[in-house]
Amino acid sequence: MKLIVGFLLYLIAFTSSYSYAASGKMQLDTVDIDLSDKASLQRGAKIFMNYCLSCHSAAYMRYNRMGKDLGLSDAQVEESLMFASDKVGDTMTVAMRPKDAKKWFGVVPPDLSVISRARGTDWLYTYLRGYYLDTQKILGTNNVVFKDVGMPHVLWQEQGYVRKDSNNQLHALAGDQTTVSEYNMMVRDLVNFLAYIGEPSKIQRLALGKWVLLYLALFFFVAYPLKKAFWEDVH
Amino acid sequence: MTNTVDVDKRRFLTNATTVVGGIGAIAVAIPFISSLSPSAKAEAAGAPVALDISKLAMGQMLIIEWRGKPVWILRRSDDTLSTLATLASELSDPDSDDLGQQPDYCKNPSRSIRDDILVLVGICTHLGCSPTHRPELAPEDLGPDWKGGFFCPCHGSKFDLAGRVYAGLPAPNNLVVPPYHFVSDSQLLIGADPVGYG
Amino acid sequence: MRLLDWIDARFPASKLWNEHLAEYYAPKNFNFWYFFGSLALVILILQIVTGIFLTMHYKPDTALAFASVEYIMRDVNWGWLIRYLHSTGASAFFVVVYLHMFRGLLYGSYKQPRELVWIFGMLIYVALMAEAFMGYLLPWGQMSFWGAQVIISLFGAIPYVGEGLALWIRGDFVVADATLNRFFAFHVIAVPLVLLGLVVAHIIALHEVGSNNPDGVEIKKLKNDQGIPVDGIAFHPYYSVKDLVGVIVFLFIFSIILFYMPEMGGWFLEKDNFIPADPLKTPEHIVPLWYFTPFYAILRAVPDKLFGVLAMGGAIVVLFLLPWLDRSPVKSIRYRGPLFKTALTLFTISFFALGYLGTQPATGLYTLMAQIFSVIYFSFFLFMPFYTAIDKDKPVPDRVT
Repeated sequence: MKLIVGFLLYLIAFTSSYSYAASGKMQLDTVDIDLSDKASLQRGAKIFMNYCLSCHSAAYMRYNRMGKDLGLSDAQVEESLMFASDKVGDTMTVAMRPKDAKKWFGVVPPDLSVISRARGTDWLYTYLRGYYLDTQKILGTNNVVFKDVGMPHVLWQEQGYVRKDSNNQLHALAGDQTTVSEYNMMVRDLVNFLAYIGEPSKIQRLALGKWVLLYLALFFFVAYPLKKAFWEDVH
Repeated sequence: MTNTVDVDKRRFLTNATTVVGGIGAIAVAIPFISSLSPSAKAEAAGAPVALDISKLAMGQMLIIEWRGKPVWILRRSDDTLSTLATLASELSDPDSDDLGQQPDYCKNPSRSIRDDILVLVGICTHLGCSPTHRPELAPEDLGPDWKGGFFCPCHGSKFDLAGRVYAGLPAPNNLVVPPYHFVSDSQLLIGADPVGYG
Repeated sequence: MRLLDWIDARFPASKLWNEHLAEYYAPKNFNFWYFFGSLALVILILQIVTGIFLTMHYKPDTALAFASVEYIMRDVNWGWLIRYLHSTGASAFFVVVYLHMFRGLLYGSYKQPRELVWIFGMLIYVALMAEAFMGYLLPWGQMSFWGAQVIISLFGAIPYVGEGLALWIRGDFVVADATLNRFFAFHVIAVPLVLLGLVVAHIIALHEVGSNNPDGVEIKKLKNDQGIPVDGIAFHPYYSVKDLVGVIVFLFIFSIILFYMPEMGGWFLEKDNFIPADPLKTPEHIVPLWYFTPFYAILRAVPDKLFGVLAMGGAIVVLFLLPWLDRSPVKSIRYRGPLFKTALTLFTISFFALGYLGTQPATGLYTLMAQIFSVIYFSFFLFMPFYTAIDKDKPVPDRVT
């Protein structure tokens, strides 16, 4: 029994060491992901459609599936969220050809379907808030977690200019605390949405999980007395 | 030793475990069986298809693909429509009584919503070949009595220009009319019932 | 009953049932450690069933494979559940098999007359590693690609024929479409057939000699007037109802992982595997799946390519030799002397430590530690003929306790 406990502790030690290894040098800000917060997901979807989907695809995600999970009808999706496609059963593809993208940005913008599972939501949250002015770069900006990133700061109109000081701290040049927290909320909504499209079935997974565990508990309370009833005559 | 055994208790618990385990086994089977139904991708590919019929000439037939099957859209003249009424005695199901072969709103003499526009799934009800459109009157191969219609080259079934099957031939039923409706005078949507149906 | 008689006259249905379940007498003192055999069988069935259903949607083509996995996760009805059952099942299989093998070490289940049971079991373990390795290529993510690239390159260490052999295994100059296609064939049909055959052989061999038990006493030595071992009880119903409880508890833990943490913090599904395979860019940190890390650590501990590969292979080969390395007349840890107890403890620690070190970068202190623990790992086997022969074993009772 002690060995089993030891083994489980070992697994936990494993798990924690991994997240440390994955985070690398940079300390990431944590973001609160809540797939039941439909309002946040809807806001995130809107930001995604407006700012991300012109260059990045989410080629495994269907519009109608998103509508169903976010509590929107097909008509609502078509009207307010579908700009790049004409059928609600389509996946979120982009018109830009990979070859052109390579010419313009130096890299093909990656598909964002499972980016939240590859990068992690904390990384995305820190990354999207990590742009600062850098005169050395052609784009005029750089990023604290993704050095020399090829993507311009597409949300700069929402965030305003940010400068990095000698202690690697970021400071907003204009705007007060309200706009900072508004921008944080906006990025949180977007990352929440990216987490959703990373695994849309997570909503069903979490919903089903408790019933399966409940059933197994019930099964145990029938099967265990059965075992005891049979083992009464083993001495 | 054996006198300590409560046989009734064992039997009761065995039954209870079997029932609970059986319910679980059935519940586990559901996802596996369901996984074989059309996926979201297949559903999206099978979505209704829109079609502009404003340029469809009299007597002309268009073939489009809906759910991977050929769908015919034919514009019929008044002559053709009047011929349809004279064929009843030669047909298996002249009044479209077999309700599975067309939606309720197409159970009428022309088997269509608008008399001039015929919409059919172009798959023979015999064994699934696609019949050919033979609008000409009395061609050599189909004989002097042919009034125009559809002929299945696989096994020789014949249908009139409303997709009704001639009697005494292999095909058992009339050709299927898919659900469809007119979005406007010139816009047809195949695969979706008119508002208020289905 | 008349139907059964009809069948029995043509096929030994009742005979098989009796020999392997209703009249197979197992020692009555099985403890916690004896759940893992039946659990392994349950997981084998789970993997086969979920695998068949995944095969119906998966596409073994480098251009389509990654997308087809996401298609399963999103578009196929319940596809996510079937896929997570399979991916979680793979790791669960190794957890259960490692615990099952450790039970063999604890109670000397590999010792005479069960040498073949152990050999068949070891062959199952090797086949399972091949199965897991090839299955991991199929999602065609970065870890799939680079993991396969690294492991196949190991064959390149063999003198003279190595490079040609690695090329032949891949069927291309790097891991490519040909590799994916053939790994798919091996993963879904070739290796599973071998596995099933070996599992049958493992069980037949076990039922021929009878199960060992935590006391390491042969229950067949003492039979009653009907020829039934006095310390034996029928597998069915006694152990079938007991194992059912074990299966339910296992499924409970399994479901918690499956429904609430299917990635297990990156250990069951690695983060980098959500990036499609890119032959031009290696991920920063290549880690094999957790169940291979002890052997990976041994590989990296040796500062020579060929000898590293030999050491890694040797770490598995020595396990096969266990029945002949152990000279003790005693089977169970309960009656073993202090030398074996110490050796087994050190071995267990080194296995866990190597498992951890295999996940860390191979630098400085980590490499030194991997070397130390590798030496301990091999010492357990190499010195076994000596320390088991001179150990102060305790007297073994005549009957189970």
